[in-house]
Amino acid sequence: MRTALTVLRKDLLLELRAMETVPAMVLFAIVTFVIFHFGLNRATIEGQLAAGVLTVTLLFASMLGINRLFVAEREQGGFDAFLLAPVDRSALLVAKAAALFTFLVVLELVAVPAFGLLLLGPPLGPRLLGLIPVLALADLALAVIGTLVSAIAIQTRARDLLGPVIGLPLLIPALIATARGTGPLLAAHTSGSPPGKWLAILALYDAVFALLAYALFDFLLED
Amino acid sequence: MSIYGRGLRGLAIVTVVTISTALVLVFFYAPLDADQGFIQKIFYIHVPLAIVSLCGFVLGGLFGAGHLRTGERKWDMRSYVAIHMALIFGVGGLITGSTWAKASWGHWWEWGDPTLVSFLIVLLLFATYQPLRFSIEDPERQSRYASVFAVVAGAFVPMNFIVVRLSQEFVHPRVLTLTGGNLPGPMRLTFVVSLAGIALLYATLWKYEMAAKNARGQARALRRALLGDDAVRPLGRSAAPS
Repeated sequence: MRTALTVLRKDLLLELRAMETVPAMVLFAIVTFVIFHFGLNRATIEGQLAAGVLTVTLLFASMLGINRLFVAEREQGGFDAFLLAPVDRSALLVAKAAALFTFLVVLELVAVPAFGLLLLGPPLGPRLLGLIPVLALADLALAVIGTLVSAIAIQTRARDLLGPVIGLPLLIPALIATARGTGPLLAAHTSGSPPGKWLAILALYDAVFALLAYALFDFLLED
Repeated sequence: MSIYGRGLRGLAIVTVVTISTALVLVFFYAPLDADQGFIQKIFYIHVPLAIVSLCGFVLGGLFGAGHLRTGERKWDMRSYVAIHMALIFGVGGLITGSTWAKASWGHWWEWGDPTLVSFLIVLLLFATYQPLRFSIEDPERQSRYASVFAVVAGAFVPMNFIVVRLSQEFVHPRVLTLTGGNLPGPMRLTFVVSLAGIALLYATLWKYEMAAKNARGQARALRRALLGDDAVRPLGRSAAPS
């Protein structure tokens, strides 16, 4: 656990100093909202359409972070250093997933209010509390699958290509649950609480793939 | 090294007999569907293809787990061939399914059918298996990464089906469940024989490809031993394990 915290601290510090990934993700998300405005030719959207736009934007923005996740390890010998250290290898998975999760939360702290401001028809305020559990579980899914796929893709020749191509189909169940879970929240009239069915499915998805990733991650590091 | 050619002839004969029986049953024994008429008979090839292909994907995941546990290359070969064959069967299932949808619902594609949609998602995921293998050069790492992928994707198959099924507000009436559903007797018998035929076909092709790959590997090893390293041209980069 201490190893994971150390690596996480390293990653967050690196991001804080270099400001490389998260600002790009935020900008990408906002530009995507603008594109959706013109693409859909709508001033405001609501309900399932709004949920779809939000989910797709967050997903594609997260792909930027997923592609960058292991680049420093690969290019500057972090993998070798980590393998030489007498530490549990799963710590790298935990640390990287936690870093990605943090990036996604920061992204959403900016992108969700921006979405409310730019595109969402009904006011965002009363819906915010219901959105938090859905987005948190969705971030967990993106963080787990993203770390696993990124660790696979970084060792291939076409690394920026394979990550999204493998990651997107794997994430489809989580995205269905996220979009359907947020749809009723973003409708004109809402009860303000997300549908329990989709929260349960997201939680199940997170649990299954987190366990799988934990079991399999060691094999991606051996050399 | 195991010999995969053993028993291949017997298996092939059983497969041919079962498939012929299934075809006879489909065309001369099973009654015409009251609603859909003759086109419904594509069901006897489409559904078995899809079921066998999904089982093949899960099997590939199990073999992949075997490779990760034992570290033996033969498990990777088994996993690769299982997924490779399942992909071919899956494309067949998708094409026959689409044909059936066109004939019975009037569209080539029907988003309302959760089984069809989940099947497409699974196929899209496994379509990245070969590109993934191809883009890793080191053979040892290639097989290890491919096995990790196979295990994750194998677990993904049931998960995906549950979620897509739940996402439909109106699920089409399920004529078919794994227990045979509410098919009338003659139709169920025909279906079970067709399913057995396709499953046997999968097993035969799997065994055949394993035998061929093994024979090629052994022939190369023998040539190298007899004629020296220079006599054997190095293999080109490939997605297949060697």
